[in-house]
Amino acid sequence: MADHANGMFPLALREVGFSAAGLSIVRKLHLTLDAERRTVMLGPNGAGKSVTLRLMHGLLKATAGEITWGGQRIHPAAQAMVFQRPVLLRRSARANIEYALDLAGVAQAERTARAAAALDRVGLGHVAQRPARVLSGGEQQRVALARAWALAPRILFLDEPTTSLDPAASREVERIIAEIAAGGTKIVMITHHLGQARRLADDIVFMHDGCITEHTPADQFFRQPQSPEGDAFLKGELP
Amino acid sequence: MNRIRRNLFGLAAALLVGLPGAHAEDRFITVASTTSTEQSGLFTHLLPIYVQKTGVQIRVVALGTGQALDTARRGDADVVFVHDKNAEEKFIGEGYGVERKEVMYNDFVLIGPKDDPAKAAGKDILDGLRKVELAKAPFVSRGDKSGTHAAELRYWKAAAVDLERAKGPWYKETGSGMGPALNTASSMNAYILADRGTWLNFKNRGDLKVLVEGDTRLFNQYGVILVNPAKHPHVKKELGQQFIDWLVSDEGQKAIAEYKIGGEQLFFPNAKKP
Amino acid sequence: MSTLSEGFSTAFGLMAGFDARLLGIVGLSLRVSLTAVFFGSLIGLPLGASVAVGRFAGRAPVTVLLNAFIGLPAVVVGLLVYLLLSRAGPLGEFGLLFTPAAMVVAQTVLITPLIAAFTRQIVADAWREYREQLKSLGASAGRAAFTLLVDTRFSLVTVVLAAFGRAIAEVGAVMIVGGNIDGVTRVMTTTIALETSKGDLPLALALGIILVGIVIIVNAAAHATRQLAQRRYG
Repeated sequence: MADHANGMFPLALREVGFSAAGLSIVRKLHLTLDAERRTVMLGPNGAGKSVTLRLMHGLLKATAGEITWGGQRIHPAAQAMVFQRPVLLRRSARANIEYALDLAGVAQAERTARAAAALDRVGLGHVAQRPARVLSGGEQQRVALARAWALAPRILFLDEPTTSLDPAASREVERIIAEIAAGGTKIVMITHHLGQARRLADDIVFMHDGCITEHTPADQFFRQPQSPEGDAFLKGELP
Repeated sequence: MNRIRRNLFGLAAALLVGLPGAHAEDRFITVASTTSTEQSGLFTHLLPIYVQKTGVQIRVVALGTGQALDTARRGDADVVFVHDKNAEEKFIGEGYGVERKEVMYNDFVLIGPKDDPAKAAGKDILDGLRKVELAKAPFVSRGDKSGTHAAELRYWKAAAVDLERAKGPWYKETGSGMGPALNTASSMNAYILADRGTWLNFKNRGDLKVLVEGDTRLFNQYGVILVNPAKHPHVKKELGQQFIDWLVSDEGQKAIAEYKIGGEQLFFPNAKKP
Repeated sequence: MSTLSEGFSTAFGLMAGFDARLLGIVGLSLRVSLTAVFFGSLIGLPLGASVAVGRFAGRAPVTVLLNAFIGLPAVVVGLLVYLLLSRAGPLGEFGLLFTPAAMVVAQTVLITPLIAAFTRQIVADAWREYREQLKSLGASAGRAAFTLLVDTRFSLVTVVLAAFGRAIAEVGAVMIVGGNIDGVTRVMTTTIALETSKGDLPLALALGIILVGIVIIVNAAAHATRQLAQRRYG
């Protein structure tokens, strides 16, 4: 598994397109992501960011082009995704994580300890036995992060993980994402929050109208975007 | 999850064990009989006596005579106990029954409104029916191919009333058992032909009463038949025969005669001496 | 009016006296219907969940059939099961006709589509919410179906109870396949039918009141459990 995971990168999209019901959602996507950087995807609503993220994670199948991992057409298991709204099962916070570990093939004896450790890392050790669905929105998102973290993914996809949260909860989530990244996990995150992008991003993938218009190091993007669309977006001229 | 699974299996086991008939209990026979014998309460009186004597349980399925015979034709009963001689002889002629034994009779009565608008009251059933038809007074028919229905049709014919022509809104076929038909007659204040046993045991009489009785043509013979094991090998021949033998024995005949409602005897044993 | 009040006083008299025959009839009703609900759930819950989650050809017609069969007339089910279990029928050799087992079979056939159809609806709604997350975690369709069943358990309790209500209140099927044999297959509904036949309307009504009472008590208990569980598990 570990050997396999080491060979996962780069993650490359070549000529990738996706259409549904005759409608082209994204097209001609070219993108290469390596293991080290924290990538943030920006762009106006409807640009195709979520679809692109799902194509990379494998929730959607590309209708054109190809996606390769480490040069191969495989779909590695060492990845996880956190959604805008956390979907937790009607069971305790810890059992939610144990469930994910079970699906990942982790032996029963190991699950409890790993789940408890993951909850401790997101600061929720004290609610491990509480039903997940009665926790606050911020706590639920942290359980979702702990669940993803417990899987020890090589790459973590996040689709606007703080959009439904208040500022305090958002900062806590940001802190956890940074910590996960510090542990060596590749981050690919969509956000609408420019301040968050500045704090977390090493590089920016900017999308507009189903296309990637630029893939630029973060400091450069915020100083001088390479595409007119990126420039307009930063000036607040795009919706 | 294991806990849930354990609970489910425990529940299933408990439910299944708790069901009578789920475990082998072969000391019973199934008797297809008529609603009149059941609803008159005869079996409630008779069966405990038999069970106490033999330990054999009698499971009675109460249907119309036609349906009871059909049930037996399909092999779903060991014994039939019904009251339509023609239909019973046909049943035996087809090879489904072994032998018909006469057990008892009761009688039919013509029931109608107390004020008797058709003036049908009297000693002559044919005359009574003619008057009902003449007055087009509401009449409720079983219309279900039961023994009582068959008898009713025989009386109309004997009274020279051509039902096919005379039928109208006054003649109502309910297609139901004796009790439901009596309920209908009671609510419509209609005339109806009923067996005396069901009538005596019937509580929701409203304004109805007996208008014609005692005519010998109203006698209603019950017969009992063992279903032919040659047709249906699973028929419990010995247990079935044992029940039939008891019904026609002095002891069984006496038990039948002893069943009374309000001091009135409902069934009159008339088995032939062997 | 007098029949109504007589019915109520008879009902209370019977219940207060713990009438042995009444208890036997009520007990058999409960055992038969609970067993049918058990088997109906054993088939209907996984069936409904698989139709909701699965992607297979014929899914649409199966859904339509399940929904249509919710309203399956009890007498039709009774007749079909009668023909199956009759000695002259394909399953005749087991001699199940006119036994409680036959009534269980009939009621199971009656309520399985109901359980499956409503389960499908509930699980399909949940599946819309959970699908991406469960796929992301790598759950197979079968595993996802099972997870959704567990997660919608409080809603499914209502479905199972509706099925129980239909089973225990049904008369057409059990009358035909059970035969209403005193002490063997006589349940509450067939007793009510019989007592109505005998014109003993107060007694029939009393049994009806007891039947409705049982259904209300069972539903109230389940409703309370559901409320409590929902507050606890969200």
